[in-house]
Amino acid sequence: MHPAFSVIFLTTLIGAGQGLFLALYTGQIYALANLLPAQGDEFYAFGSLVALALLVGGLIASFFHLGRPERAWRAAARWRTSWLSREVLVLPLVMALVFAYGLAHWTGHTQPLFTLGNWLAVDATLLIGLAATLAVFALFVCTAMVYAGVRFLEEWCSPLTVVNFTLFGLASGFMLAAAYSAFIGNQLVAFFGTWSVIFTVIALVSRFASLTRNAHLRHKSTVQSAIGVRHQTVSQKAQGATAGSFNTREFFHGRSAGTLRTVRLLFLFLVFPLPMLLIGAAYATQSPTLPIVAFAVQYLGLLFERWYFFAEARHPQNLYYQSVA
Amino acid sequence: MSQLALVIDLNVCVGCHACVTSCKQWNTSGWAGPLVDENPYDADPTGTFFNRVQTFEVGTFPDTETVHFPKSCLHCEDPPCVPVCPTGASHKRADNGIVLVDYDKCIGCKYCSWACPYGAREVDEQQKVMKKCTLCIDRITDLTLPERERKPACVLACPTSARLFGDVQDPDSEVSIAIRERGGYQLMPEWGTKPANHYLPRRKTRIYIDPEELIRADNPLRKEDLTTYSGEETLDDVTW
Ligand code: SF4
Ligand code: SF4
Repeated sequence: MHPAFSVIFLTTLIGAGQGLFLALYTGQIYALANLLPAQGDEFYAFGSLVALALLVGGLIASFFHLGRPERAWRAAARWRTSWLSREVLVLPLVMALVFAYGLAHWTGHTQPLFTLGNWLAVDATLLIGLAATLAVFALFVCTAMVYAGVRFLEEWCSPLTVVNFTLFGLASGFMLAAAYSAFIGNQLVAFFGTWSVIFTVIALVSRFASLTRNAHLRHKSTVQSAIGVRHQTVSQKAQGATAGSFNTREFFHGRSAGTLRTVRLLFLFLVFPLPMLLIGAAYATQSPTLPIVAFAVQYLGLLFERWYFFAEARHPQNLYYQSVA
Repeated sequence: MSQLALVIDLNVCVGCHACVTSCKQWNTSGWAGPLVDENPYDADPTGTFFNRVQTFEVGTFPDTETVHFPKSCLHCEDPPCVPVCPTGASHKRADNGIVLVDYDKCIGCKYCSWACPYGAREVDEQQKVMKKCTLCIDRITDLTLPERERKPACVLACPTSARLFGDVQDPDSEVSIAIRERGGYQLMPEWGTKPANHYLPRRKTRIYIDPEELIRADNPLRKEDLTTYSGEETLDDVTW
């Protein structure tokens, strides 16, 4: 498939935004359980703002994917059958809830509404945060299922796609939370950093699993089934157009196998070992800038990862577009 | 229920592209707006087509065979491109089974093209919406046309009658009979999309002659008539 930058930015930006929100909310819950020092409301409010900015950035990027962005509202119509439609509905919901969560903190709606089992003081932020958490996970599933749900793209059509999208979102989001904590100089860097490393390690396992799966994939369709001629030797002589067509532009990445290998190496290095080393070094040296570098490096790596994700997938229609006369 | 479709006879298609040009001519002139071309007379020409004729070579030289292969939307009976469309622009008509795109609703997200294993959908580079074969819906439903012209442009244009058009759910239609009796098959059956369009396979015309037809098996002496004739009347002359 042709890797479109609009979609690469959409999926990586909202992933990091979703992960950042989850990190903030996790921090709040840990603080509630007295496992972490409590943070002021501005910490959550500004953090939510950053998460919201990433979600908005992703949304803006997605518009560049559309031929007719002025009609984008129509995409909410078919949520019963289309994962894309579901994503289009859940993304604004997540944005609204993250905004409400930040706003509730900012306006100090932190008086307990009621107390559960006389120790858990439930306030508005906790409730909104819970709803937002559910929406965030729903969005991970919707975004990933847009790809994993297309059965013709066998490289994507696997639960591993959903797992990877979620884990990459969590890893980069918690890494961003560590960077944010380092930037404002609070004590949560190690907490967020540790979780980010944990998610990064699990993501490494699941991405390796999908790379291995795809390397051994045997595609269902062959040129024989494509044109229905049973003969071992079938070669294309003409594809009905002397120059390109939509079919040659949309479904081919147009890069050499060498480029693909380089990009794979790059993302395997930039997403996994390097950020973990950087955040580890940040922990050892108490550096306020290294966590920010770690996030930037991992995000850059994720751009390469998503590029590779697209380039890796081979669509059965390509069987009809193998050579020009 | 009815399911309109094309049946394409690969045995007689000569790869002349008449269906391509007639399709383009009809569908670029209709109410739905042009099928846009870019750089048509320049380097890297490209454009939107509903129908393309491709050519494949089967076998290794000198034992090769050229297969001309017209390809357009197959109007799948279970079209995977329809449910994925977020806007409902892609739909399958209930009355005749034709899969269509509503150009006024399409947002050009291209998602349906990912969900078609045949590469039958193309984005129009200027109108920025998804396009594909409509089986000339504006023509086959136009009651002001004489009935023999209520057929897709490609079918009318094909000089070898390689393209048949009709209802594949009516067992007595020309297309159903052709599929049944001439080995009609579907493309990529492994995906379960149930394409309505079918293809008729290439066939070699062979005469099988049994040796017994040349040598009389019931000749007890295993001896054929070796009479040498010299111009006189034979049995053949008198019986004819
Ligand atoms: S051939 Fe492709 S575009 Fe046409 S109905 Fe089937 S899946 Fe849809
Ligand atoms: S490109 Fe148009 S027809 Fe295709 S899925 Fe998107 S909105 Fe639907």
